[in-house]
Amino acid sequence: MAKFDLNDDGVVVIIGSGAGGGTLSHELTRRGIKVVLLEAGKRESLASFSQYPPEAFAQLTWLDPRTHSGTWTVREDYPTLPSWTAKTVGGTTVHWTGATPRIQPWEMKTRTTYGEMKGASLLDWPIEYDELKRYWELAERRMVVTRRHGNPGLPASNHFKVFYNGAKKIGYKRVHTNYMAINSRPADGRAFCIQQGFCVQGCKTGAKWSTLYTEIPRAEATGNLDLRTQSMATRIEHGPDGRVTGVVYLDSNGREQRQKARIVCVACNSVETARLLLLSESGKFPNGLANSHDQVGRNYCFHVGGFVWGIFDKPICAWRGTTLAGIVEDETRHDPKRGFAGGYHLELAALDLPSLPLAGLPYNWGRDFASIMENYRNMAGIFINGEDIPRATNRITLDRNVKDSYGLPVAHIHVDEHENNGAMRAHAQQQSKALFEAVGAKRVVHTRQTPATHNMCTARMSKDPRDGVTNAHGQTHDIANLFISDGSVMTTPSSANPTLTIVALALRQAEYIERQMSARNI
Amino acid sequence: MDTHVPVDRREFLKGSTGVLTGVLAAGSPLALIAPSRVWAADLRVLTSAEGATLMAVTRTIAPHDGLEDAAYAIVVQSTDADAVKDESLRKLLKEGVATLGPSFATAPESERVAALRKIEQTPFFQTMRVKTLGTLYGTEMAYRYFGYEGEAFSKGGYLFRGFNDLRWLPEVPLADSGPMPVPAP
Repeated sequence: MAKFDLNDDGVVVIIGSGAGGGTLSHELTRRGIKVVLLEAGKRESLASFSQYPPEAFAQLTWLDPRTHSGTWTVREDYPTLPSWTAKTVGGTTVHWTGATPRIQPWEMKTRTTYGEMKGASLLDWPIEYDELKRYWELAERRMVVTRRHGNPGLPASNHFKVFYNGAKKIGYKRVHTNYMAINSRPADGRAFCIQQGFCVQGCKTGAKWSTLYTEIPRAEATGNLDLRTQSMATRIEHGPDGRVTGVVYLDSNGREQRQKARIVCVACNSVETARLLLLSESGKFPNGLANSHDQVGRNYCFHVGGFVWGIFDKPICAWRGTTLAGIVEDETRHDPKRGFAGGYHLELAALDLPSLPLAGLPYNWGRDFASIMENYRNMAGIFINGEDIPRATNRITLDRNVKDSYGLPVAHIHVDEHENNGAMRAHAQQQSKALFEAVGAKRVVHTRQTPATHNMCTARMSKDPRDGVTNAHGQTHDIANLFISDGSVMTTPSSANPTLTIVALALRQAEYIERQMSARNI
Repeated sequence: MDTHVPVDRREFLKGSTGVLTGVLAAGSPLALIAPSRVWAADLRVLTSAEGATLMAVTRTIAPHDGLEDAAYAIVVQSTDADAVKDESLRKLLKEGVATLGPSFATAPESERVAALRKIEQTPFFQTMRVKTLGTLYGTEMAYRYFGYEGEAFSKGGYLFRGFNDLRWLPEVPLADSGPMPVPAP
């Protein structure tokens, strides 16, 4: 592994080592570009992943506080965890479930397709679908996605059998074990999935793609990567010409360091990406970096989500098997006759016993709650994943009254959900209930909105600088050598789990950065 | 994973302020491995009476009649341990217990539920609710009681240990799922 000097102003500094930052690190270093990768978390390994869920949660989760406001129900049900992101080398690719559906063509043109929606800030992507499709395909090959490019699907678990038969009985046609970046056979030097069910605790076989044990070690092998763990970026600095010059961070001993840079790429997961840009306010940029049009942190999106649990009178043992290996694609369409714009996926979802009460049944207690838990062996689960409608007022700001363990103002998340979300969620809950009842569920219960593991759109790509923060390559409109390299740049959230698209955009951005560097434009 | 009640209590720990005790049910899986069916959990901040009230609170929040007291004692002991480091939590717990009064621990369930409904929005109740839900179901006793098998990596996963043994529904066509990665051993 390389070690670059703090005063080396020829390096690219990437902040965050997840799907975006980890992939970009590999793509740049293999092209001979020197990269300093700053990661706030520690480096775990297949061997160090805990198999005790509460301990795994503490090991991988971003636990620094965030505050919140607005009318969303997450405030009541998950007051201490309004957004669920990771703080570890590999970021959310350690914690994720591996689901990789693609965005649909019309989901990249929501303003055109859905028209004017009151209280919404819809915008068409500045990239054509066919252009992005090339990169999804590259990303799928890179991540070895099942059911794509000749890779077999994952086998059906007990849990999937319930989901599949219910879905078919209520008339769904496109139901399968999902597109998963989880090996259905040995590939890429990694093992096949042994259906152990501990996907979100960190996959101990490495069957699930994660930058922790794919992109990052490969980047290290080029000799061009300097990975600094437990290094928390606190501000991005700029020179008199407005171009960024480096990143200030606290190292693993809590000492402040200043790494010079030719280019800075921010990939901290939407909430923290917006926060870092805002924390980097200066005399020249009093509202934070890349924020001349007051767009940083706005249009914050998650996915219309929530769990639905079917309780049966026979055992299912949903914990046995890949956590999210099941999908219904039929509702992923724009059909206003259903009473809302956009679409959603229904995805199979299991929770381990310790996590079910707090994550999956968050506001309950007493006999009724206990009676659901008593049926743990006989439960099947669905996770709703639908398109959130962006609103300019749903945004990330700095809360100057609350400081984190680094002494920095924390992120404040404000959300008032668009009414479209409520209509979509109700429809998805109703369909999920019908699905479970079609195969004999005696009772069906659901959560309200769950804390977002998919955080997006806080520095969105836009053709017009007034509508967003970056151009179609994630390059900020304001500062040529400042890039955003995570889900923040998604113009709208679509109904697809975001990791595949984040990886695709990182692959595309790396090509652009190389060209711009060669041309001496940055 | 700290889920064992010290079932063989050799000495009353120095600095203890209270103790919870009980007897494991005959036939309890834990009784088979424990040296004695008598268990005890020392408290470092709460008195025995306060501990007993919190035991009743946890059982009212998550009433599983067949789940042993020892599992609920782990919740109380863990709460007590949190309060060692956190003075405001200590105050919250002691005031909450005082509000419920001395008869709460032995009151019938309907009365306990009514008393908790009245304080449902208080930080004391919410703290105990989150603590109960977050601790109880991670205990080894809960794993056994609910039939949860937990981690399987050390046993080769569930691939050949029942991940597809459900027989009350039709099989899924191969086109919508996928082949087993390796033949059965």
